[in-house]
Amino acid sequence: MSVDGLMAYITAICAFFAIAITAAVIYFFFKYRRKHPGEVGVPIHGDMRLETAWIVVPLFLALTMFGWGAVVYVDYRRAPMDTLDIYVIGKQWMWKVQQPTGLREINELHVPVGRNVKLILASEDVIHDFSVPAFRVKMDVVPGHYNTMWFRPTKAGRYHFFCQQYCGTNHALMGGWVTVMEPMEYAAWLSGSSEATANPVLAGEKLFAEKACNTCHLPNGTGRAPSLNGVYGANVLLANGSTVTADDAYLRESILNPQAKIVAGYAPLMPSFQGQLTEEQIIDLTSYIKSLQSQPVPTKGAGVAPATGKK
Amino acid sequence: MPREHYLNATYGIRSWLLTTDHKRIALLYLASVTFFFFVGGAFATMIRIHLLSPKGLLVTPETYNKLFTMHGVAMIFFFLIPSIPAVLGNFLLPIMIGAKDLAFPKINLLSWYIYLIGGCFVLYSFSTGGLDTGWTFYTPLSSVYSNSAVTPAVLGVFINGFSSILTGLNFIVTVHTMRAPGMTWFRLPLFVWAQYATSIIFILGTPVIAITLLLAGMERMFHLGFFNPALGGDPILFQHLFWFYSHPAVYIMILPAMGVVSEIIPTFARKPIFGYSFIAGSSIAIAVIGFFVWAHHMFVTGESTYAALTFSLLSYLVAIPSAVKVFNWTSTLYKGSISYDTPMLYALGFIGLFLIGGLTGLFLACLGLDIHLHDTYFVIAHFHYIMVGGAVMGYVGGLHYWWPKITGKLYPEFLARIAAITLFLGFNLTFFPQFILGYLGMPRRYASYPPEFQVLNVMSTAGASILALGYLLPMIYLTWSMRYGEVAGPNPWPGTGLEWRTPSPPPTENFEVTPEVTWEPYDYENRPDLGLDVKGAPALAHGDD
Repeated sequence: MSVDGLMAYITAICAFFAIAITAAVIYFFFKYRRKHPGEVGVPIHGDMRLETAWIVVPLFLALTMFGWGAVVYVDYRRAPMDTLDIYVIGKQWMWKVQQPTGLREINELHVPVGRNVKLILASEDVIHDFSVPAFRVKMDVVPGHYNTMWFRPTKAGRYHFFCQQYCGTNHALMGGWVTVMEPMEYAAWLSGSSEATANPVLAGEKLFAEKACNTCHLPNGTGRAPSLNGVYGANVLLANGSTVTADDAYLRESILNPQAKIVAGYAPLMPSFQGQLTEEQIIDLTSYIKSLQSQPVPTKGAGVAPATGKK
Repeated sequence: MPREHYLNATYGIRSWLLTTDHKRIALLYLASVTFFFFVGGAFATMIRIHLLSPKGLLVTPETYNKLFTMHGVAMIFFFLIPSIPAVLGNFLLPIMIGAKDLAFPKINLLSWYIYLIGGCFVLYSFSTGGLDTGWTFYTPLSSVYSNSAVTPAVLGVFINGFSSILTGLNFIVTVHTMRAPGMTWFRLPLFVWAQYATSIIFILGTPVIAITLLLAGMERMFHLGFFNPALGGDPILFQHLFWFYSHPAVYIMILPAMGVVSEIIPTFARKPIFGYSFIAGSSIAIAVIGFFVWAHHMFVTGESTYAALTFSLLSYLVAIPSAVKVFNWTSTLYKGSISYDTPMLYALGFIGLFLIGGLTGLFLACLGLDIHLHDTYFVIAHFHYIMVGGAVMGYVGGLHYWWPKITGKLYPEFLARIAAITLFLGFNLTFFPQFILGYLGMPRRYASYPPEFQVLNVMSTAGASILALGYLLPMIYLTWSMRYGEVAGPNPWPGTGLEWRTPSPPPTENFEVTPEVTWEPYDYENRPDLGLDVKGAPALAHGDD
């Protein structure tokens, strides 16, 4: 992996300097040991060329480390488009995972080989951190935010995952296993697993009615709130003239803090659902909204700007 | 009739508790930071014993969390931050610049009392329920979810902050206004430059942590929503505020130790320090740039990619002045007259350990690597190399170097060398395996761990037991030497600074006559008064008397 190449590069440079300086100290230590009690050293006050050299050379090397590290990081923070999206919710002290089909797991995560897997991370209480050392990835799981991370498993097997942000009493027990499976096996596991499967789209649709979202968000766009058909992944035009891509974080924010981003052409009427929905219910609602992709998008007022090609 | 000096000028408990003599206040601090060092050390010992077994040997997870939290709080806020400034800095800074005392002697005493009050709050927290938030006090864990005694602890750290601020203020004013005739800025000992840089951070950084912890405390007590997302707060805001102080605080801990090393090396190589102005300037550069790197603790919190790029770049820049110091110290050894006295062993040990600590910082500043290494044992190893290998080695080395000045007595040289070597070996055995543990993915702050990590943990614990011995030895022989040590004389090494031109221990007013400085720092060539073999010096057979 590129992280290991980077590790080797920095280790090589650092080992060189550590050994060179330690060797110099030891050599001088014995070579210039005091020969008789009254001896003094040669008065050397400094050397401008040396000072310049040992500012410029380390600076150059440091910048190469920075550059390589930046490339790896930017690539890590920007997930590719064709990802398999899996929701991961951290709470004291367990991990709840929801596969795209709605299949739920606890402290286990099954993924197929060769797919780009994106984890959408949410916390129900304190800050956690989802970390898979074998994949060289981690990301904090912050209450009030969605964070995402992605990786591409290359080899079937079982790999440890850990909570890596201290989160209270049983922090050390808040871990589990990533099971990487061949795609066929993964598909079979998804469909054949006896574990509880609640269809998140159906659950979300039910919630959408229970919370009376459907009284304003009419599918044909004639309600007091924009239609949600086709909104997921689209660019939404806001009242302040800017646009925003309707991703998971945007939908979550619009449910919990609707005043933050008002869709152009609509009044700020929606109440906040902060504290009334669990993270899982928010995911159900989001899943339902995603399922509306296949519905006809009304011509009027979803606030959806013409798609200019997804990034 | 023995000579009168600051220790025997007056007697009685009141003469100590109400003293305004910076030297006595330094000794009050010495006693209190030593107490907290052993409190923190006891917690560390229990941590290492617990981690001998993957399931945890000694305590419940809840207690384990309290152990590492209290270890961190005691060591960082009540030992490392005050250690060198408030003990060695307090004692030496006025003497080194030829002053009678600090600018504000009563404020100096006040700062010790504030430290004590803060310390009492924290000890109260430790003994009534303990503290399990981690020394970082991350919200909303600390402000909402923790069941431990968080409130007295944050109040204690809050109060203690004022002690740092007052010390920093005192040092800055003293250096500006109380230098002896001839003591120009570029004749200041590098220890004074380091204290000055540290004081800048004290003054600019400490108010931020004080307010931040107060906000967290208010959120906990009164449910005001600053950081708790359920109340509309932002937990990441806490981290920004916390690290705005706590990253510069790392430099509060290491800069003074660098100052100590910059004093020891020229003395025991008997030659001017290589690149004086670069070492002095790098202290200031570290203090300034150090304020702009804080969010490198937050690369995986989901902060914006642009912020991460900026903070990574700045973190690489702050590494350069530290590198400049190491190169200059090493070059000072070239063509020196090097002795193997204990302070020199500590100084050279410092270079080796700080080198590893600093270089591993380059791994963590690297965005791509930090994704993997963040919050693993790699981080623990890195900062213990800086804080223990660097700051504590510098502190103990400085204590040995100036012990003859402080007490008037020599410590037992042979035992002291054994202790220095024991510390160096024990330290490496304790913390080097943790770099590997971190690379393999072992998370920090784990009360139990997967069995594949056990071998390295056992090595670490074995090293810790050697390390503990290395700390107990100086504790015993330094105490012993106060009574039974050989009389030191004013300048046993000899050193070139003003502190060596006054008797040991110094008189209460430091100098019988205000000295006038006519020589450059660390100049052995033009100092016939030191009795060494230099041109124009009387041919003393052996300068050491």
